[in-house]
Amino acid sequence: MLTSFVQAVYLVAAVLFILSLAGLSAQTSARRGNVLGMIGMVLALAATVVLALQNSERSPLVTGILIALVFAIGASAGVWRARSVEMTQMPELIAILHSFVGLAAVLVGFNSYLTEEADVVHQVEVFLGVFIGAITFTGSVVAYLKLSAKMSSAPLMLPRRHALNLVGIVASLGLMVWFVAQNALVPLTVMTVIALLIGWHLVASIGGGDMPVVVSMLNSYSGWAAAAAGFMLGNDLLIVVGALVGSSGAILSYIMCRAMNRSFISVILGGFGSEGGKAAASDGEQGEHREVVAAEVADMLASARSVIITPGYGMAVAKAQYPVADLVAKLRASGVNVRFGVHPVAGRLPGHMNVLLAEAKVPYDVVLELDEINDDFAETDVVLVIGANDTVNPAALEDPSSPIAGMPVLEVWKSQQVIVFKRSMATGYAGVQNPLFFRENTAMLFGDAKDQVEQISQALASATVPV
Amino acid sequence: MKIGVPRESRPGERLVSATPATVAQLRKLGYDVVVEEGAGEGASFPDLAYAEAGATIVPEAQVWAADVVTTIDATGDTRLNRLGGDATLVSMMAPAANPGLVEDLAARGITALALDAVPRISRAQSIDVLSTLSNVAGYRAVIEAAEEYGGMFTGQVTAAGKTAPANVFVIGAGVAGLAAIGAAGSLGAQVRAFDVRPEVGEQIESMGAQFVQAEAAQQEVSADGYAAELTAEQEALTAQMYAQETARADVVVTTALVRGKAPRTITAAMVAAMRPGSVIVDLAASGGGNCELTVPGERVVTDNGVVILGYTDLTSRMPRHTSQLFGTNIVNLMSLLTPERDGRVTLDLDDPVQRGMTVTTGGEVLWPPPPVQVSAAPAPQVDEAPQVDPVEQARVAAEVARRRRTRRMTLAGLGAVLAALVLTVAPPETQQHLTVFGLAVIIGYYVIFNVSHSLHTPLMSQTNAISGIILVGALLQIGSANAVVSAIAFVAAAVASINIFGGFLVTYRMLGMFRKDA
Repeated sequence: MLTSFVQAVYLVAAVLFILSLAGLSAQTSARRGNVLGMIGMVLALAATVVLALQNSERSPLVTGILIALVFAIGASAGVWRARSVEMTQMPELIAILHSFVGLAAVLVGFNSYLTEEADVVHQVEVFLGVFIGAITFTGSVVAYLKLSAKMSSAPLMLPRRHALNLVGIVASLGLMVWFVAQNALVPLTVMTVIALLIGWHLVASIGGGDMPVVVSMLNSYSGWAAAAAGFMLGNDLLIVVGALVGSSGAILSYIMCRAMNRSFISVILGGFGSEGGKAAASDGEQGEHREVVAAEVADMLASARSVIITPGYGMAVAKAQYPVADLVAKLRASGVNVRFGVHPVAGRLPGHMNVLLAEAKVPYDVVLELDEINDDFAETDVVLVIGANDTVNPAALEDPSSPIAGMPVLEVWKSQQVIVFKRSMATGYAGVQNPLFFRENTAMLFGDAKDQVEQISQALASATVPV
Repeated sequence: MKIGVPRESRPGERLVSATPATVAQLRKLGYDVVVEEGAGEGASFPDLAYAEAGATIVPEAQVWAADVVTTIDATGDTRLNRLGGDATLVSMMAPAANPGLVEDLAARGITALALDAVPRISRAQSIDVLSTLSNVAGYRAVIEAAEEYGGMFTGQVTAAGKTAPANVFVIGAGVAGLAAIGAAGSLGAQVRAFDVRPEVGEQIESMGAQFVQAEAAQQEVSADGYAAELTAEQEALTAQMYAQETARADVVVTTALVRGKAPRTITAAMVAAMRPGSVIVDLAASGGGNCELTVPGERVVTDNGVVILGYTDLTSRMPRHTSQLFGTNIVNLMSLLTPERDGRVTLDLDDPVQRGMTVTTGGEVLWPPPPVQVSAAPAPQVDEAPQVDPVEQARVAAEVARRRRTRRMTLAGLGAVLAALVLTVAPPETQQHLTVFGLAVIIGYYVIFNVSHSLHTPLMSQTNAISGIILVGALLQIGSANAVVSAIAFVAAAVASINIFGGFLVTYRMLGMFRKDA
C-alpha cells in the first residue's frame, strides 16, 4: 500500500521534473520551471523519507535523526554556496556539484552491492553505475580545479594517452567478468580505482578552451550515473531523472561542439590547443597593431549610431560586466543602438555570458546569439570585443590551415571600427594567433577590461564636443 | 626634446600640423611642444587653446630652433635654413620632385622624414597623411560640386512635382574616390564609380555605389599598392566607357593619380558631350588634371556650360578636421619613433616604415628607399586544385551521402537487434526499467532541444539539482542495520543533498536576474 503510494508520488515528481526542464525553454517561463522542479523534489523526498522510516532495519528514530542531519548538512552547505557564489564562478560551482553526484553514485553502488543479493543483472548494473560515477567524480574534480585556476588549464599530454584510456576500459571489462563470476569486492574496488584514474586523465588532457563541452559532458555523465543507480535500485524515478539529465547534457555537448565545428570525439580525446603550436609559430608577427586610449573610444561611441559588444571569458575574469552594463545603459539613454553578440562557446560554460550580463541587469532582449546578429555587423559603427579572442577570429573562415578553421565566428571585422579590449597580445585559449588584431579597422585597448570600461564611461559622461 | 609647430608658409594655407588635442598627445610621449604665435588661426585653434593643452606659444625664430619641427608642406619653405644642424624635419616634401631640397637638407645634416613617402603597408596606415588628405579632399570635392550644381543631390517627390536625384560618376576608387562616393551617396545622389583595379569593386559597392565595369579594361595590381598605367588596348576600351558615363552624369569626380601624375581620362570631346550645368571636380589637378580642360587651382566654365573645378586646396578648405587628422598622423609617427615614451627620437632604419620615410640623415641622402614588397592587395592566388567537373562533384557528394545513410541505417538496425536481444534475456523487471529509460531519453531529447541558448547555464544547474535525486537511493540505504552501509549512505546522502539545495537555489538566483527592458 505504502509502496504503491510512494510510486504514485514518484510519477508525479517525474512529470514535474519534465515540466520543469520544459519551462526553461523561455525566459518568461523559466522561473516557473525552477519552482516546479523544487516542488517535484520536495514531493519525491518526502515520500522517500516516509518509506525509509517504514523500512528502517533499526529504530526509526535513529534513522530519522540521521536523515534530518543529512538535510541539515545539505541545506547549510548548499544554501551557503548558492548565496555566496559569484556569477563569474558558476562554471566551477557546477563542476564541483557534478562531482558530488558522481561520488554519491559510487557510494550508493557500493552499498547496493553490500546490501542486496547477487544476481548477474544486478551485478552488471552495480558495476556500470560505479564505473560511470567514478569517472564523473574525478573528471568533475579536475574540471573544477582547472576552471578555478588551481591547476594549469593546458592539456596534459601523456605519451600514448589514447592507449592508456583503452587499456583502462579493457581492464575494467575483464574485471566485470571476474566480478560477475565471483561476486567479490576486490574486482569492484580495483575497477573503481581504474575508473577514477580514467576520469582524471580524460579531463586533464582536455584544454581550457574546450571547457564548455567538458562541463556539459560531465553534466551528461552525472545523469547517466543517476540512471545507473536507478537500475541497480530498481527505482523508476531515478531512471527517468537520470535519463533526462543525461540527454540534456549530451545535447548541450552536441550544441557546443557544433558551435566550434569540432566532432565530439575529437574534443573528448583531448589535446586541443597544443596543435595550435604549429600554426602559431608560422603566424609569427602578422603586422603591427594600433592602440587607442579610453578617451578616444568614448569619442567613437558618442558619435556612433549602432554598437555591438561581443563579450568573452576575459570579461568574466575581469568582472567587467557591471561597468559594461553601466556603459550600455548610458549609451542607450543617449539613443545609441547597443546590442550584445554572444558566441555559443564564449565563456567556460554554455550560456555563461548571458548569466553574467543578466546579473548586471542587461535586458535579455538586447543580448543576441551568433546567428541572430552576424549579418548586422556590416551596418555597425563600433564593435567592442571585450575579453573574446577565438570567437572573433577571422582565421576560422579565411585560413583553412588554422586549427579553428570552419568554426562559426562573430564577423566583427565587417563593422566600421573594432575595439579589442585585451591585457596583452597573447593568444587565446586555442593558442591561435588572431589576425583580427592587425586589421586596419581594429584598434587595441590594452589593460584591465573593467578599468578601461569605467574610464570610457567617465569620459563619455564628461564628453564635450570632440575637437 | 622639443617639437616645434610653425605657421605654414604657403599663402592661403589654413592647415596646421598640430592641434590642441594632438599637442596633449605629443606631451604624453614625453615631448615639450612649442607653437608659433597664430599657427592655428587659419584652422580656428586660438593660441590660448594650445597653451591650455600644455604648449608654449613662442615667436617664429624659436619654433625653428626646436629639435623636431613638424609642418604640413616643406617644399618652397624659405624658413628651412633656420633649422638647427641636428634637427629633425617632419613634413611632406615630395622628395622625388625636389632633389635640390633633399640635397640641401642632407648637406646641413638634418634628418628629414617625408610624410608623403610612407610605404603603403597596413601598419603604416595610421601615419599615412596622403590617405588623410585624400579622404578630406574626396569629401570636399562633393561639397564643392554640390555648390556648383544647380540642383539637389537627392531625388524628391513633393506636392509641386518631383526631381530626379543627381547622377554622380567617380573615377578612381582610392581613398579620395571612396570618400567622394560616401559623401555623394549620403547626400542622396545616385553614384556610379570606376576603377582600373578589379578588386576594389567590392569596396565601391560597400560604399553604396554601383561599380562600372569596362570590358577587358581591368588590370593587375602592382606590388606596391598603387595602380599601374594602362596598355593601349585597355585605354581605348576605357575611354569609350568614360565617354558613355560622363555623358549621362551630372557630376563627375576624377581622382586618378598614378605616382603623382594624372592620366588624361576626360577629353575635351567628352566634356563637350556633357549637359550644360554639369560639374567636373578634378582631384588630380595638382598633377596636371585628369580632364583635358582642367586649369589647376581654377574654376573654368566651358563653352557648353560645364563647370570644371581644378582646386588644389580642397583639404585647406576644411582646416579644422584636416589639421586634426594630420596632427594625429604625426602623433602616430612620433609614437613609432619614441618606443620608450621618453621624449627622444630613436630612428630605426631597419624598420621598413621608418626607412621608407627617411629622406636624409647624418649628412647622407637615403632617397629613394629600397622597394617594400608588402602589397595592399593579396598576392594573386595560384589555382593549384585540378578542375573538378561539377557533375562529377555532385555525383561524389550523393555517393557519400548515400553511404552515410546506409551506414546510419545499419547502425540503427544493429542497435535495435542488440536492444531486442538484451530485453529478451533480461528479467521482466529490468525490461520495464529499460522501457522507462528509453522513453525518458526521448522525452529529454525533445524537451532540451527547445531550451534557449541564453538559459543553458541555468539549465545545467537545474539538471544538476535534479540529478541530486540520487539522494533517494542513499536515503533508503541509511536505515540499514549494517553500520558500514549506513555510514556510506550517510556520506552519499549528504553530498547529494548539497547538490539539491545548492543547485535549485543558484538556479533561482540566476533566473531572477534575467529581465526584459522595462
